[in-house]
Amino acid sequence: MAELILDKRSRPKKGKVWPRPEGATNVREYQVYRYDPDTQENPRIDTYFVDLDDCGPMILDALLWIKNNVDPTLTLRRSCREGICGSCAMNIDGANTLACTRGMDEVSAGPVKVYPLPHMPVVKDLVPDLSTFYEQHKSIEPWLQTKSPTPDTEWLQSREDRAKLDGLYECILCACCSTSCPSYWWNGEKYLGPAVLLQAYRWLIDSRDEATSERLDNLEDTFKLYRCHTIMNCTKVCPKGLNPAKAIAEIKKMMVERKVA
Amino acid sequence: MAQIFRPTSPHLSIWRFTLTMTLSILHRILGVGLYIGTLLVILWLGAAALGDEPLAMVNGFFAHPLLQIVLFLYTLTLFHHMAGGIKHFVWDFILGFEAGPREAISIATIVFSVGLTLALWAVFVWF
Repeated sequence: MAELILDKRSRPKKGKVWPRPEGATNVREYQVYRYDPDTQENPRIDTYFVDLDDCGPMILDALLWIKNNVDPTLTLRRSCREGICGSCAMNIDGANTLACTRGMDEVSAGPVKVYPLPHMPVVKDLVPDLSTFYEQHKSIEPWLQTKSPTPDTEWLQSREDRAKLDGLYECILCACCSTSCPSYWWNGEKYLGPAVLLQAYRWLIDSRDEATSERLDNLEDTFKLYRCHTIMNCTKVCPKGLNPAKAIAEIKKMMVERKVA
Repeated sequence: MAQIFRPTSPHLSIWRFTLTMTLSILHRILGVGLYIGTLLVILWLGAAALGDEPLAMVNGFFAHPLLQIVLFLYTLTLFHHMAGGIKHFVWDFILGFEAGPREAISIATIVFSVGLTLALWAVFVWF
């Protein structure tokens, strides 16, 4: 059964208001979700004030500015700072995105609200536990599977067949889409979610892969695939501009075509 | 070592709702509403089968302003759920997944259901 309301221990409480930077005239308020596993107290929302004249333009810049200048205990994942590693995926201004590619000026006026990816177990502050997500990715066997004898050179593919992977191979597995999906919120253990299903389709549609039938067998399940109700949050939040909802619809279509064939 | 507690991060309470998401949730709720409305239809058909007197009684019951509101909402529910069904049928053909069309078809379901409900009530009830 879907749990629409957070359990008592997960509900964020009002947190600390950190001092404004002295002498700063161009300041923006940040409200950031904090959870400290050492105290095990309820999560809290801390308020920070960022000096925009001393800070880069992106949300990630602001979070690192806070970490460097105000509160070194603020914990978050980040690596590439250019939208290719997917580490800094989080919920900003009510939608999931990458902190490094979202500009502060893109966030509507008022305080910038920063939370971890929704409906995930929180390790600390903005760091969610993505173990289940990675296990699900593993379950679709995301590698080329063939039965024909291995050719002497590469497995060749026509330009047209290669083009079918466009809009799929760019996925960086940041989990923005999966954790934006209400179906994944309510059934995240059993429903594979948009990111993993987009990956599944990436292998289903690959002309070189010869395990299409087995892959479809694996997905033929009321929960794994069919919890997708085309809510479209996934597609709306994808920081790479991909369309997981469409990829899932393609899989559903393949299922039907296989039955009537 | 005891299992370390990990809070669940906030979801519904922090999410900025979108049209497609809202309509998806509404589709579910209206689906439940259809069951209630169907009971009213059964009541009406059952009364008609029993004779003129029970039918007149049920019609009198339905004439109450509160029940008129319920019936109006039932009509809206019926049309909106139907429009939602057609929308999903279109999406099943992998049409309208891009940014413009997916919003357009969502707005179309609202226009369709509200328009048809008003038209039906105007023709059969109000005038």
